[in-house]
Amino acid sequence: MAINNQVAPARDRKKDVKKAKLTYHAMLAPGMIFLLIFSFAPMFGIIMAFQDFVPAKGFFGSEFVGLEHFSYMFNLPDIGKVFRNTIVIALGKIIFGSLLAIAFAILLNEIRVKLLKKSVQTIVYLPHFLSWVVLATVVVNLFSLDGTVNQILDSFGLDRINFLGSNTWFQPLLIGSDVWKEFGFNSVIYLAAIASIDPGLHEAASMDGANWWKRVWHITLPGMLPIILLLAILSLPSVLEGGFDQVYNLYSPMVYETGDTIDTYVYREGLVGRDYSFGAAVGLFRSVIGLILILSANNIAKKFTERKLF
Amino acid sequence: MIQGNSLSTKMGKFIIYLIVIFLGLICLLPLWNIVAISFSSGAAVAANIVGLTPVNFSTGAYEMIMEDAQFWRSFFISVQRVVLALVINLTLIVLMAYPLSKTKREFKSRNIYMNIIVFAMLFSGGLIPTYIIIRNLNLLDTIWVLVLPGAVPIFSVILIMNFFVGVPKSLEEAAIIDGASPLQILTKVYIPVSLPALATVALFSIVGNWNDFMTGLIYMSQVSNYPIMTYIQSLTIDISELVRSGTNSDALQNIAEVQNRNLNAAKIVVSTIPLLLIYPFLQKYFVTGIVVGSVKE
Repeated sequence: MAINNQVAPARDRKKDVKKAKLTYHAMLAPGMIFLLIFSFAPMFGIIMAFQDFVPAKGFFGSEFVGLEHFSYMFNLPDIGKVFRNTIVIALGKIIFGSLLAIAFAILLNEIRVKLLKKSVQTIVYLPHFLSWVVLATVVVNLFSLDGTVNQILDSFGLDRINFLGSNTWFQPLLIGSDVWKEFGFNSVIYLAAIASIDPGLHEAASMDGANWWKRVWHITLPGMLPIILLLAILSLPSVLEGGFDQVYNLYSPMVYETGDTIDTYVYREGLVGRDYSFGAAVGLFRSVIGLILILSANNIAKKFTERKLF
Repeated sequence: MIQGNSLSTKMGKFIIYLIVIFLGLICLLPLWNIVAISFSSGAAVAANIVGLTPVNFSTGAYEMIMEDAQFWRSFFISVQRVVLALVINLTLIVLMAYPLSKTKREFKSRNIYMNIIVFAMLFSGGLIPTYIIIRNLNLLDTIWVLVLPGAVPIFSVILIMNFFVGVPKSLEEAAIIDGASPLQILTKVYIPVSLPALATVALFSIVGNWNDFMTGLIYMSQVSNYPIMTYIQSLTIDISELVRSGTNSDALQNIAEVQNRNLNAAKIVVSTIPLLLIYPFLQKYFVTGIVVGSVKE
């Protein structure tokens, strides 16, 4: 290190620098070993997607079959369905989740009663910290055939709806419950964005006679726009994430048509069905598209907002 | 900011308060319903008449949990997991973040390490190859499978690295003049000034490990090895059964099964208590973490 050059004599300094570098390598070593075993070894394991993998024969003994699993995959009607479901569900979560979070942040910012503001924040952040295992029970209590929502429909003389078993309702249910879980917490960053807007702008606009709507539209939203844009770009890679935890806890064979996502499909076919090579092939396809999306998102973000993800 | 005293602005303000309170209630009431169910009698739960107050108040479900050996086994597997993961994660995070926070001039290999780490964050071998590797390592059905695959939380490493970059250089220079080694500089200078950021990543680790059920589902073949969330997941009402047979009461015909619903609710409540205990800290540090960590200049 060159920082202490006025004090230590040159010979000592060189030795110190060398020693410090050795220490740096040593500090990184344990973490790198874990990454090697649990991240990079599985990447090497991807070769099983090009094999007829048999666990007893291992990665080196299994027979290579080239692109067989991939051509099988692309001829399977399931694959299109599973990718489509994943993208629709993920996009729905991103779009409606952001809209509600933005709207909530703008409204919450108007609350002047400190205690109320704090209490509401405490409550709406809570679902974010709870597991889908817990929240699935909440969703079932509300949306099963004799759940709260259907009891309400019943009391208005309307027909009950089998939300959890209907291919019409299952995707909206997934999207809605995820928006419910996350909107509060997602509003945190938008609140921070609102707080950074110059209050003088609002004062000037009020003096010119702009009402609340006009000020939200012409001052608050434009002020939030950079963050909104940035988060929208950075959420691009997550269009391949249907949310395994949520879907697995809520879906059933009756809604595979609309509810089956890449993650649940790979889990069922690859792991439970022990079709290891096929599961690895689907997983690889997904990882490659994911990598392309994340690199594009990073580049777009760098270009337009001068910020980046990594 | 709504200003002025005209009738329409007062009205507008009132509507905003109403919407915000409504959204708060929408988040609170469904969760509260679970608590009410857990304190109700099995019969009331089966009849689906429990709303926001317990019907036929009963602590029977909680008494049954006290005698449920598997529940507590899973609970303590999760406690053990959270503690192990926390120690391992924090150790690796600071050990990796410190050298990575050096400039390329100070530590030549810095960028090579950084590229490796970012690549590991962006690309993964996927579920199946990871499963095969872990099986080959004979880690299935051990506590280590819950901890070691996530030993390096890369996002947290980067977050702390960015925080270390912002630590004033003068602090480190003073320590060097005093003859401190890099490890001493890390523990005596960097860690003490980074405690809020470290609290954030510590809480990421705790919440993530407590809530995770997928790892247990994939890598544990024996129920006796399940962490708490995997165990609760294996208990909750079978959705396929529920959807096919129509109603809860049809699906769960005998009374013993009906009682499961308030028992499960009680299990959910007990399994959430640890998170509620640290919730004040979660609110404080997650918020700073998300604002600091989500975007990088």
